Amino acid sequence: MGPNEIRDKIEQLIPGAVLAYEGDTFDPWAKIDSKHIVDVCRLMHDDPELCFVSMMNLAGVDWPKEKMLQVVYHLYSFEYNLKFVLKVDTPRDDPRIPSVTSVYNFANWQEREVYDLFGIMFEGHPDLRRILLPFDWEGHPLRKDYVTPETYRGVTNKP
Amino acid sequence: MRETDLRSTEGNVLLTSLEAAVGWGRGNSLWPLTFGLACCAIEMMATGMARFDIDRFGSGPFRPSPRQADVMIVSGTVTHQMASRIKRLYDQMSEPKYVISMGSCANSGGPYVDHGYSVLKGVDKIIPVDVYITGCPPRPEALLDGLLTLQKMVKKMGLVRSGRGDRDKYEPVVIQG
Repeated sequence: MGPNEIRDKIEQLIPGAVLAYEGDTFDPWAKIDSKHIVDVCRLMHDDPELCFVSMMNLAGVDWPKEKMLQVVYHLYSFEYNLKFVLKVDTPRDDPRIPSVTSVYNFANWQEREVYDLFGIMFEGHPDLRRILLPFDWEGHPLRKDYVTPETYRGVTNKP
Repeated sequence: MRETDLRSTEGNVLLTSLEAAVGWGRGNSLWPLTFGLACCAIEMMATGMARFDIDRFGSGPFRPSPRQADVMIVSGTVTHQMASRIKRLYDQMSEPKYVISMGSCANSGGPYVDHGYSVLKGVDKIIPVDVYITGCPPRPEALLDGLLTLQKMVKKMGLVRSGRGDRDKYEPVVIQG
């Protein structure tokens, strides 16, 4: 089963989920509507022809010109040695994406990290706290328009 | 550095000043607090191993508890999240206590000085530092050089030392790593 069949299967079982698709790359990817991301992940995880039981990585991307924040899910199937990438866009001013923690437990800390550094709210996440930065940190540093604060807890940030 | 003035008498009695004797004892048993934070900690471990052998200078036992340590070797990148812990551990150390700042990160932020939003720009912003060791990372020889420099400072310092009391009399030393 190649990437095109995977795309067709997703479209067949969850109509309207795939917004864009690129199959002729090193990592074939499909852009998924954020409403359907949990269903798509559930399908990829449970379908006997896919068996994408492993999420290798979950990362955030900032696209300031498009006014979009993006989350990228790298899935891997041990059963059939397949790699597939899902991408989900969300508007920059109100970034909200359903959490896939119910499908992939791995996503728990990764989503916390993406929330910490990009400010994307993962709805339905069991424990959405900062994971790397201190809890009272302000802002989300990996956004392109982030400005480093002058001081933190009275300690200057200037050299 | 004034060597401890030892005058031998016929009855095998050593005469010295109390300050010199205490300084000699303190300086030759500086126990470091294990405080590796990043890659510099690897060099610090190498310094503790057989090849460079920090134990030759009486600083062998890396203590896991601040109550038993004399010198804190801050080796590595100090992030804002770690800074409060460093301050707390430094406050828990018993006097007399000394600090060696090892590597560019602990000195001034190092490679993170421009864009490291999470990095403290130098550990001397929160605790007083006695010896700075430059380098990224400094070689173990440089750490031993810093330790020996600190030993000389300790031997010169007075008997009673509280807080930053007489630290102002001793300028921090910079060791080229």
